[in-house]
Amino acid sequence: MMNTYDWQQTLFFFAVLLLLVKPVGTFMAKVYQGERTLLSPLLVPCENLLYRICGVNKDEEMGWQRYATAMLLFNLVGFVALFALLLLQHLLPLNPQGLSAFPWQLALNSAISFTTNTNWQAYSGETAASYFTQMAGLTVHNFVSAATGMAIVIALIRSFSRRKTSLLGNFWVDMSRGTLYILLPLALIAALVLVSQGVIQNFSPYRTTPLVQATSYDKAQLDDAGKTRLDTTGKPVTDKVIVSEVTIPMGPVASQEAIKELGTNGGGFFNANSSHPYENPTPLSHLLEILLILLIPAGLTYTFGIMVGNTRQGWTLLAVMLLLFVVAFSVLQWAETSSTPQLTQLGINGGNMEGKEVRFGMAGTSLFEVATTGTSCGAVAAMHDSLTPIGGLVPLSLILLGEIVFGGVGSGLYTMLAFAIIAVFVSGLMIGRTPEYLGKKIEVREMWVSIITILCAGVVVLILSGIAMITPAAVSSMANPGAHGLTEVLYAFASMANNNGSAFAGLSANINFYNILGSLAMLIGRYVPAVAILAMAGSLAAKKYVPPSLGTLPTDKAPFAIWLILVILIVGALTFFPALALGPIVEHLTMLGGN
Amino acid sequence: MKEIKSALLMLILFTVICGGIYPAVVTGLAHVIFPWQARGSFVTDPAGMVVGSTLIGQPFSEPKYLWPRPSATTDFGYNPLASGGSNAGPTNPAYLKTVDERLQGLRATGVTGPVAADLVQASASGLDPHISPQAASHQVGRIAMKRGLSEETVTRVITAHTEDRQFGFMGAPRVNVLAINLELDTIRP
Repeated sequence: MMNTYDWQQTLFFFAVLLLLVKPVGTFMAKVYQGERTLLSPLLVPCENLLYRICGVNKDEEMGWQRYATAMLLFNLVGFVALFALLLLQHLLPLNPQGLSAFPWQLALNSAISFTTNTNWQAYSGETAASYFTQMAGLTVHNFVSAATGMAIVIALIRSFSRRKTSLLGNFWVDMSRGTLYILLPLALIAALVLVSQGVIQNFSPYRTTPLVQATSYDKAQLDDAGKTRLDTTGKPVTDKVIVSEVTIPMGPVASQEAIKELGTNGGGFFNANSSHPYENPTPLSHLLEILLILLIPAGLTYTFGIMVGNTRQGWTLLAVMLLLFVVAFSVLQWAETSSTPQLTQLGINGGNMEGKEVRFGMAGTSLFEVATTGTSCGAVAAMHDSLTPIGGLVPLSLILLGEIVFGGVGSGLYTMLAFAIIAVFVSGLMIGRTPEYLGKKIEVREMWVSIITILCAGVVVLILSGIAMITPAAVSSMANPGAHGLTEVLYAFASMANNNGSAFAGLSANINFYNILGSLAMLIGRYVPAVAILAMAGSLAAKKYVPPSLGTLPTDKAPFAIWLILVILIVGALTFFPALALGPIVEHLTMLGGN
Repeated sequence: MKEIKSALLMLILFTVICGGIYPAVVTGLAHVIFPWQARGSFVTDPAGMVVGSTLIGQPFSEPKYLWPRPSATTDFGYNPLASGGSNAGPTNPAYLKTVDERLQGLRATGVTGPVAADLVQASASGLDPHISPQAASHQVGRIAMKRGLSEETVTRVITAHTEDRQFGFMGAPRVNVLAINLELDTIRP
């Protein structure tokens, strides 16, 4: 289902990504261990000034409770500031279109969404968010929510390499360094490359341009109550509107686009997200955006390897991610190029192009959608709601597995490490040995945390989707009938609880039900695992090192990688198979049956 | 208490750095190095009037023009203030009926054989400025007849505005609908 060019493009992409893993991973390890890097002469003075103003002693390390408290406080302050900013948008500067304030339910949902690195958007950027909101609110959270995720996984990694200590590092230092040394420089370079391809970057008012050929549409008349006016036969009364010019939205897009992908945030400047030609104009910008999504998650596996003193441990995890990625990509690409029997019978060829852009090509589109849902990104270059049933199953499954296929920045690796701990534990049970991972004994506390991390989001998804199915307002938000409608709702809660942010966007999600329950899902899905992981880091750091013995399972070799994949798939299948069977799988079978 | 103060100050400083300095630096550099792209890739006619952006599609529907892809934006197709797709599921009966109607519309203009999917299925952004070369080839006969041009002339214009895969292997080949229609309007039969 791929032509020669598709193969070349795909192999080229993976070659570039894999070549960057070692340099990026090494750089990040140096940054978090406070070693000198190329950027140190420039950034060390800035960093020290920052700490002095904020009253942070960079040499003072924190135990897990303090680390978690600092993380939560920082996120809380960020949430409050963003919530206020959205409510006061109409009074703030840089609002050339005079956009009004967010209603509080939408502001609540959006503020939580961006603070938790979810970037679920129940609004359209071009008609709802001012330039000030996009920059001082959303762009800032794109940076710091990513840096927060990275800080948490670094604390966890330290707990494996340290012995008999309660200290995990300093949250302020880890968060600041992640932003200043890693995210900002990469985003700056990427933003300029994106502009070269046609991504816009300006503060101009929206631009009105004439159409070469005027168009027209029938606009429904509204009565005084704001409802559509009907004539005596019950049809809507309409006026013919001639459109001879259109208004094209402008804004500082490139600077947000770069960090939106790099920080696996995914909140689009425009409603159409990365399918919008001003966000993603060429095949090169497209591949660069995919690379940005995967760069830090892939690099972190090498950082992990360096910091625990055995880079093969990191390569093993990367191999697991890569294999799952290739499988997901293959299924999606097959499903979309095969299209559906109903469309093929009409005499249409070229695969399923609904909700896709011509310039990216089928294979490029599939690559983006797997990358964005295998991580916690959630940017989209195609509309997931219009994927074929099996095609739509792929992003949904990747999100439900906990976004570990490269994973969100930081959160992906710590979820993967939780899976690794479960894999070690289960295999330990089989051979009757005390399980160990990286020289640390895995005991009750570690198992509790790993299970909470992995099942937390799943439980939230299933319960909230169940509640939605018995709530009339939630059901009437579905855009498509039958099994596809269930998939829309399941996808919405999966996306929010796993902090992804992409959508089966036909669902009218800007109603109180989804705004408020969704906010809850995002909060639980982000902070319960994050705090649990820090608690586990506290307990691991305090343990002594157990040297590997004859009975220790080597976790840096191929058999462990295969075992880990099996554990991931079994846990995923046991949790979600019933729900998936009622959604995309039923839709696929009825489609094949010709209904 | 000390941590609350640190959290507050950290947020303020990072808002200044990431929300102020960073976008300002990108904007400054972008306008020096790539000013045309940063402002929106607008094209002008010979008289210097802006006629649109090469990146934002327009809703051509007259038979003499090359038609773009269907667009699902609200109010009218290719409404740049309402970017987005149809979000129709591919098994939705109402959606399949719409696709069939579009297909019959094309058949009525003399298109035979398999039809390029992009010409009857709406894009993700609703603003896709391109169609596939196959989708353009379906329309050569109609445009030539309406304009009184030879099919060779129309094909030549389309080929001149066909972009190959970037660097020979990235993405897909595509033709820019606006660019072709602007050039077609300059040709006298």
